[in-house]
Amino acid sequence: MKQILTSSLVVAVLAAASALAQRKATVENVPDIEFSSVPNFLKLPSGEYLGESVAVATNSKGHVFVYHRSANTRLFEFDQTGKFIKEIGAGYYGFEFAHSVRVDKDDNIWTVDEGTNMITKFSPDGKVLMVLGRRPPAVEDPISYPVGPNVPAKKYIFCRPTDVGWDPQGNIFISDGYCNNRVVKYDKNGRFLAQVGSEKVGKAMGEFNLPHGLQVDGQGNVWVADRGNNRYQVLDNNLKPMREITNLGTAWTVCVSSGSHQYAFLSNSNPNGNMPGTWETTGEIYKAELDGSVLGKFGHPGKLAPGFQVVHMMDCRNPNEIVLGEIESWRVQKYILQPGSTKATGSR
Amino acid sequence: MKHLLQALLAAALIAGVPVLAQGDAPEIRYDAAANALQLPAGLYLGEVGGVATNSHGDIFVYTRTGHPTVSIGTARPFAHGGSRLFEFDPSGKFMREIGKDSYGFMFAAQVRIDPNDNIWVVDQMSSMVIEFDPQGRLLMLLGRKAENVNVPTRPTKGDSSGRPTDLFERPTDVAWDSAGNIFVADGLGNARIAKFTRDGRFVKSWGKKGTATGEFANVRSIAVDAQGNVYAADGGNKRVQVFDSDGNFKTAFTNVGNAQALCMTKGPNQFLYVSNSNPPDDLDRDGEIYKMRLDGTMVGKFGKAGKLPKEFGTVNAIDCRNENTLYVGEIGNLRVQKLTLH
Repeated sequence: MKQILTSSLVVAVLAAASALAQRKATVENVPDIEFSSVPNFLKLPSGEYLGESVAVATNSKGHVFVYHRSANTRLFEFDQTGKFIKEIGAGYYGFEFAHSVRVDKDDNIWTVDEGTNMITKFSPDGKVLMVLGRRPPAVEDPISYPVGPNVPAKKYIFCRPTDVGWDPQGNIFISDGYCNNRVVKYDKNGRFLAQVGSEKVGKAMGEFNLPHGLQVDGQGNVWVADRGNNRYQVLDNNLKPMREITNLGTAWTVCVSSGSHQYAFLSNSNPNGNMPGTWETTGEIYKAELDGSVLGKFGHPGKLAPGFQVVHMMDCRNPNEIVLGEIESWRVQKYILQPGSTKATGSR
Repeated sequence: MKHLLQALLAAALIAGVPVLAQGDAPEIRYDAAANALQLPAGLYLGEVGGVATNSHGDIFVYTRTGHPTVSIGTARPFAHGGSRLFEFDPSGKFMREIGKDSYGFMFAAQVRIDPNDNIWVVDQMSSMVIEFDPQGRLLMLLGRKAENVNVPTRPTKGDSSGRPTDLFERPTDVAWDSAGNIFVADGLGNARIAKFTRDGRFVKSWGKKGTATGEFANVRSIAVDAQGNVYAADGGNKRVQVFDSDGNFKTAFTNVGNAQALCMTKGPNQFLYVSNSNPPDDLDRDGEIYKMRLDGTMVGKFGKAGKLPKEFGTVNAIDCRNENTLYVGEIGNLRVQKLTLH
């Protein structure tokens, strides 16, 4: 009897642990990449605070954009030294619950908001150029919480979208998201072209369980962090699945660096809700070649810098300067990676 | 006569139980300063979750100034705002606001100042513990606000099982031992105490919903003495429970009524203040504050429930940096009183 009790306890504990979605990466013999953290990188004006800093991106001048969940969701711009420049979109209709910010090759700023279900393209000086999706009208089911089966995904309406990217031709790719489980492609003018996945959760290639982050590489291939399936899927430019990466733990977010030799950065972020002694299970970020071969890893969980508290997004415009936005520390960190600190980080 | 008194005292000491029951504690004389805090025109206190002083005598008040608002026309119902943190100088003059528009300020539970003058805010609705440095910059966060709320809102049932996790459900208070370990009273949704290292690493938690020894109806306040013993206000069970630093039960004080607010004095000879706070819906019972020795014996008591100066409306916070100059924060009267004990 005692043994039965013990084993059922183990089952219960395991069930609880798996619900917390922490998955140890199975990749082995990954060298550590040396790094230093820039202390207090962003300087906020007196009396201003960041909230959950879920989204961060840099433009070609090195300016840093932080789209964060404060009491209200806000978009801040800092210069390359971390000095606060301005707020963009204060009180804007498309801001409610930040999820992603990305900067395109023309330095336009794109916000993805999973509270308004809107993606907004701002010009470099902060004017609205284009919107995708629509905010749920407050006069129709104004406070409904999505329950039951997801409604069929529509071409131009999102359901808690998560990220945005562009191919070299300017086509727009959106991961959508928490209730739709798909990736959608639009042309540069916002007209629907194709989608892969649907409102239904799935495990097969081309199906998703919470596509949580998205980037497009220089060949126009689409990298998707398929978080609920604990894998990254790489799609071709027409959204046909090419391959998957399954050994890097839970796929929280992905970043593809600029330049002729691109790298992918992939985060097995530590989740919130931890039992004692589980901290070191996850929290690391992997650097990989675009063919998926892993070059190295860096970072570990911790409340205080340079530890990570649920990395939600990375900027890797420069593959040796990673700007990180974290959910739980309300913080943005800048990591300087030491090139050549592992055998594989040099160019080839 | 003198001999008789000595004999009685000796008998009481030998018995080793609380010498004085609730009703028998001697009255402590005290005064309340009028207008202890001067708010700028247009600024109001709401229900006072917490009041605390730092080593310079500056006064911090964490108060429910409005109410969290819920967005409509959104993918989910999101809640915003509702509480603010104000700082006053030792004379009670308003100095500044800290944490304006913070993501975690919704329903004020408590504010405490640690030995380094860092400011710790506990929020019952965001279920977060937020540490600011003395300048008001963010240092560390424990727990996480739920991304959305349910509408209509209901009190969370929490997890009565005492499952060990670093997420909270309606936490109420925070305290530290001399090594810097952090203890969180978690609280009203859960009924347990969570222990963290000084750098925020979750160590363990203890307690669950219940009436047995080591269980809590709820944990409304927490204090740690110089030896690292943890005092938990288990008001629903009409007691204060005392544990060692690892959560092993040591003793309970059962003569303090609905223990809701605790304060541990500083210095070599520590005392514990315990508020038998009246329920918000009843002024005709309770309300007094006890001063106790750490062995559970009573020094005295003062005050009663009421609306007038010197009376108390559901005390939720006591600051006792100075043993005889107390700041008392009230839920019922939307105020902070500064008391001088004689």
